[in-house]
Amino acid sequence: MLTYFLCLVLFCVGLYAVLRKRNIIKIIIGIGIIEYAVNLFFVLGGYRIGSRSPIEAVDQVILNKVDPMPQAFASVSIVVGLALTVLLVTVGIRIYEKYGTFDITRINKLKG
Amino acid sequence: MSVLPGLILVPLVAAFVIALAGENLRRLGAGLIVAVSGFLAVFSLRLGLGLQGTIQYTSGHGKLPGLMLMVDGLSAFMLCVMNLVAFFVAIYSVAYARKYVGQWKFFCLFSLFLTGINGVLIAGDLFNLYLFLEVVAVTSYFLVAFGTDAEGLEASFKYAVMGAVASAFILLGLALFYLYAGTLNLPDMASVIMLRGVSKPILFIIVLFIMGFGLKASFVPFHAWLPYAHSAAPAPVSAMLSGVSIKVLGLYAISRLFFNVIGINPQIAWTFITIGTISMVAASTLAFAQTDLKRLYAYSSIGQVGYIALGLGIGTPMAISGALLHLMNHSFSKSLLFLASGRIEEAMGTRDIRKIEGLTATEPVAGYGTLVGALSISGMPPFGGFWSKFMIIFGCVQGGHPVFAMIAAFTAILTLAYYFRALSPVLFGVERAKPAKRAGALIAVPLSALAILALIGSCILFPGPFNRLFNEASRTLLSGPQYLSQFSVGFKS
Repeated sequence: MLTYFLCLVLFCVGLYAVLRKRNIIKIIIGIGIIEYAVNLFFVLGGYRIGSRSPIEAVDQVILNKVDPMPQAFASVSIVVGLALTVLLVTVGIRIYEKYGTFDITRINKLKG
Repeated sequence: MSVLPGLILVPLVAAFVIALAGENLRRLGAGLIVAVSGFLAVFSLRLGLGLQGTIQYTSGHGKLPGLMLMVDGLSAFMLCVMNLVAFFVAIYSVAYARKYVGQWKFFCLFSLFLTGINGVLIAGDLFNLYLFLEVVAVTSYFLVAFGTDAEGLEASFKYAVMGAVASAFILLGLALFYLYAGTLNLPDMASVIMLRGVSKPILFIIVLFIMGFGLKASFVPFHAWLPYAHSAAPAPVSAMLSGVSIKVLGLYAISRLFFNVIGINPQIAWTFITIGTISMVAASTLAFAQTDLKRLYAYSSIGQVGYIALGLGIGTPMAISGALLHLMNHSFSKSLLFLASGRIEEAMGTRDIRKIEGLTATEPVAGYGTLVGALSISGMPPFGGFWSKFMIIFGCVQGGHPVFAMIAAFTAILTLAYYFRALSPVLFGVERAKPAKRAGALIAVPLSALAILALIGSCILFPGPFNRLFNEASRTLLSGPQYLSQFSVGFKS
């Protein structure tokens, strides 16, 4: 139960970084932390205590195996997260070139 | 051998071909994107009009879970509308993208965007839906920043940050659902929920999904990204975002999950009604203050999404048909408005409505296009938007919610008022002695075609093959989780 709670704490740390930090790079790191927290939660949910990976040899039957689907889903979602991080960093660099700052409160040409 | 994977594979392969050819074959990208989107439009129209029951496709074999694709009435209807809009936007973007240096990158991203849209619409399990949703989301963050001007980059960053948090919520909901039900296949999920009822974990998942998909659909508490992204993006991208992306990622995904998987109950219905009403009223009020043409359209998009959510929440057959019809009409007319605004910006050099005058005289194609689109969205009688708004309002009365019917009718008048206030000087003001450059065929054809569709869109209410497809779509939503669970192939619990 503690591990799930720590996952939640990690998620909240990331959310705090996205909501409260003013530096673009810190916001990007915050998004990374959120993604890791969700992926970790997903993999943890598929884990069963005392079990092993579900890779079987021909004549072998594993009684206690972890659920492989969350691991597959999490690895796909890590790849999606990579694409997103690349995009965000690229846009962040271009923003620095245009505005000369990483401060999100000073990047406000669009009025709302 | 099923034909369904073609809907995903054709644009995906085209994106790779365009990227490989790159700068060497400049004409290839433009030709290929028109060909691919035309193929998709024709293919989905044939698929939709000839649809009998559902079409399913499962890859993989034996015990291994494979990619499941599924087309039923709702997804076939959405496929037809969205691919038709995408086809006309693609033609327009060939002319629009001439001003960019790396045109092929634009067409490559556009093709990937089409892949994602078609993928979301035919996905038969939740994880594939999430995956294609991310494909659309990431390509649209790129496309918003494509001009690499300061506004575009800023809008792209803000959109990407909010979109990433929304995707994290969706993924969290999906993870919880998998751990609860042991499956992510949509028909199996429907069976599990019918068996166990809506328990407390499911309620938590519902909240996560409303936050995640609600941001993609830009319901009012989650709408902050939309005016930035839609006004700063290049015109064809705004048209795709407003006409296609918020409909598919937001409204289609929400209605599929809440109507066909989880099943509608009074709590969810009231959430839809509340969010829809707030979106309608707030966006229509905020739209009065706008001076930028595209921001005005962006706020109007939020308001119309509110109408659709209200119709879905009321849940009578009339209201749901009205919501689907409004989704279609708004798709046609809002992409028309955004494409016309791109033409206006090129011709006049500004988007400020205080500085543009007499468009119908100087710029007839864009001027009359804007007129048709605005009249359709604000619900003037002969145009498409009138019938769908009327159906939603009538559905409210039928469903025993006369208060919401009055609010919806009042908002329709408000919509007409802000369009009239903003656009009447723009369209009919004093004519300036400015020689108009004639719009080329690549701009005139998509604008006229979308204007005709916005005008006659509601004719699908008359009997005919399109009417059959439309009825099939609303019946899919109305028949709830029982409908989807009959395709369940068995599940472990």
